[in-house]
Amino acid sequence: MENNQQTQYELNKGLAQMLKGGVIMDVTTPEQARIAQEAGACAVMALERIPADIRAAGGVSRMSDPKMIRGIQEAVSIPVMAKVRIGHIAEARILQAIEIDYIDESEVLSPADDVYHIDKRQFRVPFVCGARDLGEALRRISEGASMIRTKGEPGTGNVVQAVRHMRKMNAEIARVTSMRSDELYEAAKELRVPVDLVQYVHDHGRLPVVNFAAGGVATPADAALMMQLGAEGVFVGSGIFKSGNPAKRARAIVQSVTNFRDAKLIASLSEDLGEAMVGINEQEIKLIMEERGK
Amino acid sequence: MRIGVLALQGAFLEHEQMLGQLGADCVELRQRSDLRGIDALVLPGGESTVQGKLLRELDMLHPLRASIQDGMPVLATCAGLILLAQEISGGEAPHLGTLPVRVRRNAYGRQLGSFETVAPLKGIGDFRMTFIRAPYVEAAGPGAEVLAEVDGRIVAVRAGHQLALAFHPEMGTDDRVHRAFLDMI
Repeated sequence: MENNQQTQYELNKGLAQMLKGGVIMDVTTPEQARIAQEAGACAVMALERIPADIRAAGGVSRMSDPKMIRGIQEAVSIPVMAKVRIGHIAEARILQAIEIDYIDESEVLSPADDVYHIDKRQFRVPFVCGARDLGEALRRISEGASMIRTKGEPGTGNVVQAVRHMRKMNAEIARVTSMRSDELYEAAKELRVPVDLVQYVHDHGRLPVVNFAAGGVATPADAALMMQLGAEGVFVGSGIFKSGNPAKRARAIVQSVTNFRDAKLIASLSEDLGEAMVGINEQEIKLIMEERGK
Repeated sequence: MRIGVLALQGAFLEHEQMLGQLGADCVELRQRSDLRGIDALVLPGGESTVQGKLLRELDMLHPLRASIQDGMPVLATCAGLILLAQEISGGEAPHLGTLPVRVRRNAYGRQLGSFETVAPLKGIGDFRMTFIRAPYVEAAGPGAEVLAEVDGRIVAVRAGHQLALAFHPEMGTDDRVHRAFLDMI
C-alpha cells in the first residue's frame, strides 16, 4: 500500500521529529557505523569519504557506492542517510531504490545542477537540505525537504559558520514572528518564498520542519553550543572519525546534546578525549562549500 | 500532579505540548536527579538504542524500573514500547523490561515502510495511527491486554498501569490517548 503524497510528507517530517535531541554521525565503513550506533548515534550518514577528506582530495565528489551504503544499512538498526549532489535526480532515485531512510541533498558533494535543486515532492523518500538563512530553508521546504540543517562549513572542524547560520535563521524567524500579518507578503517577496510558509513561521515562531546544526562540530562543547542556540539536534561529520578516540568522543557528544545546559557534566565529558580533529579557519580555505546551492 | 517525560532523545516535546494543553504539569527527565517527585511517566518515540544507552549511562534505568514496578503509570509510544518490553526479538538486551510482551524493532522495515492508518483502539474508538519505522508486539504475555491490532499485528497493549503503543498519538491533534492516560493517574 503506497501512502499518498501528503501522508508520506507528514511521515517524513515525523521521522525527523524522532531524530530530535540526537546526534547523526558521518561514517565510511560498517565498522564505523557500529561504533557510531554503539556510542549512541540516532542515525548515521553513509559516505565514502568524510568531508575533511573530500576537501583534502579536491576534484568532483559524488554519491557513494550503493554497495558500500548497503553494507552500512546491514550493519546497524538505526536510520541510515546518504548524500546526493545538489540537483542530481538520478542519484536520488538510486538511493530511493535501495530504501535509504533519508537523502541529504548536500553541498558537501559537487553540485550537479547550478540552477535547480531536486523537486523533492516527486520522491517518497525524505530529504534533508542545508540552509544558511530563513529564505534558503523555506525554499528547500517548498521543494519538499522534510528536514533542514545549517550548512556550516563542512570538514573544517570550525563551528563559526554553523553558528552564523543558526543565529541568522533565529533572527529572521523572530523578525517574521513580530510582523503584522499584512507585512508577510512583502517578507515572502524579500525571502523569495511562498507566502504560506512565511505565514507558518509567523504563526508558530519556528520552521515547519525540524532544524539540526551541521558543519564544524568537533567537541562536546560545540554540540552544546549549537543546542543552546536552538538546534534540535546535531550532525557531526569529520569531527568524530578524524579525532584521536572516536568512540569516546562520539559518546561524549551524544551525552552533551542531551544535557546541553549542564556545564558541569559537559566539563567531565570533555576530559581526556584525546586529540580533536585539526581545524581550518575560514580565511585559510579555498573551497567555500556553503556557497553551493541557494 | 507532575508527569515526567523522558527527554534523553526523540519526540518528547510533542507529548509535553499535548499534555500541557490538557492542563497537566510536565517535567523533562534528562538526569537521575530529575526523577524526584514525579507521579507518572511518558516514554516518547525516538531511537530506542540511544535512549536505552543513555538511561544506563546516566544511571536512570534502575530507579525508573523500580518506580514502574511500584505502580507508576506509564505511557510509552514507539521507542518507548521497546524500552518497556520484557523481550526484544532478535536477542537484543531488554531495557526497562517491565511490560510482558515481545516486540520486534523496525518491524515494518525502513522509512519507506512507514504508514498511517485508522483502526479501532479499545476504550477509545477509531483512531488515526501513525507508524514511523515502528515496532509491533509479536507476543503479549499474561497480564497484557491487547488494545489494538493492525493487519493482524498487535500495536497497542495495556498491562495494569502500563499503556504502550507502537504508533504516535502525540503527532496529530487527537488527544484521546493522552486523556485516557491522565485518567489512569
